[in-house]
Amino acid sequence: MNSAFRSGIAAMLGLIILWQIVVTLTGVPRFILPSPYLVLISFIENRGLIFEHTLVTLTEVILGLFIGIALGMITALQFEISPTAKFFLKPVLIFSQAIPVFALAPVLTLWLGYGMISKVTMAVLIIYFPVTSAFHDGLTRTPPGLIDLAKVMQAKHLRLLFLIKLPAAVPNLLSGIRLAAVYAPIGAVIGEWVGSSQGLGYLMLLANGRVKTDLMFAALFTLGFMSMSLYGLITVWIKLSFKRFETH
Amino acid sequence: MTRSPEILLKGCAHLGEKTLFKNLELQVKAGEWTALLGPSGSGKSTLLRLIAGLATAAEFDGQIQTDDQQRLIGRIGYMAQQDLLLEWAKISDNVTLGSRLRGEIWPSERRDKIIKAVGLSDKADKLPSELSGGQRQRVALARTLLEDKPVILLDEPFSALDARTRADMQDLAASQLAGRTVLLVTHDPGEAVRLCRNIYLLQNEKLVKQTPLAPPFPKPLDDSKALALQAKLLMQIRAGA
Repeated sequence: MNSAFRSGIAAMLGLIILWQIVVTLTGVPRFILPSPYLVLISFIENRGLIFEHTLVTLTEVILGLFIGIALGMITALQFEISPTAKFFLKPVLIFSQAIPVFALAPVLTLWLGYGMISKVTMAVLIIYFPVTSAFHDGLTRTPPGLIDLAKVMQAKHLRLLFLIKLPAAVPNLLSGIRLAAVYAPIGAVIGEWVGSSQGLGYLMLLANGRVKTDLMFAALFTLGFMSMSLYGLITVWIKLSFKRFETH
Repeated sequence: MTRSPEILLKGCAHLGEKTLFKNLELQVKAGEWTALLGPSGSGKSTLLRLIAGLATAAEFDGQIQTDDQQRLIGRIGYMAQQDLLLEWAKISDNVTLGSRLRGEIWPSERRDKIIKAVGLSDKADKLPSELSGGQRQRVALARTLLEDKPVILLDEPFSALDARTRADMQDLAASQLAGRTVLLVTHDPGEAVRLCRNIYLLQNEKLVKQTPLAPPFPKPLDDSKALALQAKLLMQIRAGA
């Protein structure tokens, strides 16, 4: 973890230096590619504005994560509880993945408006499938020996699910949640691009339209930093809280 | 615990084209230990799984009866080669798994007594990952004991343990499971001879009953008759291979 963190910082610094060299050597206009220094200045000058929009996007992402993970878990559990639900819903779920979620963004904005709901919905839609699929995979891959033991013990179906299958599927669910942490910001920002008046995606479009490329980059890096922090926090939380569920 | 029944299994089993066994008759005597000895792939685990009512890859044509004409389902305790402990659950919760899976309550004094009997009182609040292989198998034994079933099916439960721990576990299991109908599947003639009043050898599609030793069981590790029978069985297994 620590060494990964350090190598990440080193890679970032390297890229920034390379970026500065490219800008200096090529003399590319600042509205095409501003130097890292200009981006930093823009970030400091616009920190209030950026913070305000970051808060909006972060709220969308966190709401999306909670709702998406909850819906994904409920769906996967429902598949295990009711074979009928699985029979009808699983094909629908897989087919729905054939439609790029991005293509739905305009429709969602049309139906749900320009506010936060359409962005949260985008984030939910984009993480729902990976969470459902990862968790359900785990629920169906309980070690066969445990299922045998439960059968000999005459386990009740729901108790088997909640006492054995679910805890055994926790590592799969957690990898689904890690993926979700990466995807959720993508969903929210796409929603903001299609139609909104708030959020980092909106700020990037606005800056782009006004040829404030430095501000656009500042917003972009803020988004990247926010996503990475979220992923990092979730990873640390998983490491600290779910140690006993790791497979041995 | 209710009275331990006798189990009689008759029939044949096929695995695709291959015959696992035919015209087989296995008698698991009431209240005694019976060993089902055989090389890997002989079908001995299949026999145990058939009695346990678990799915097998083989197709079985025959019948499983008990001397009290009652079904075996719900009267079986099961221990496998892997300890099958829930890694996320405390030892005390692992021991009570059966009751929890059926939604029953269990007297905590009985649970504590059994955990004490297998020598793990100080580990009750630990996780399985904090225990050694031998201690983990003791938890599995405690879990089986709490179930308090008249029929016990043991599928090579000691084979993954080191020699000393294995001998300890054999003694512990023999004392704790006395009086029940026990079927022990094993590939170790020494284990079969030490623990079992009745020994069957399953080899080349046939089941052959061996002349048993006289009680008491378990036999001491240096019992000359037991050692002689162990050697005889091993030679028989090698000759049949």
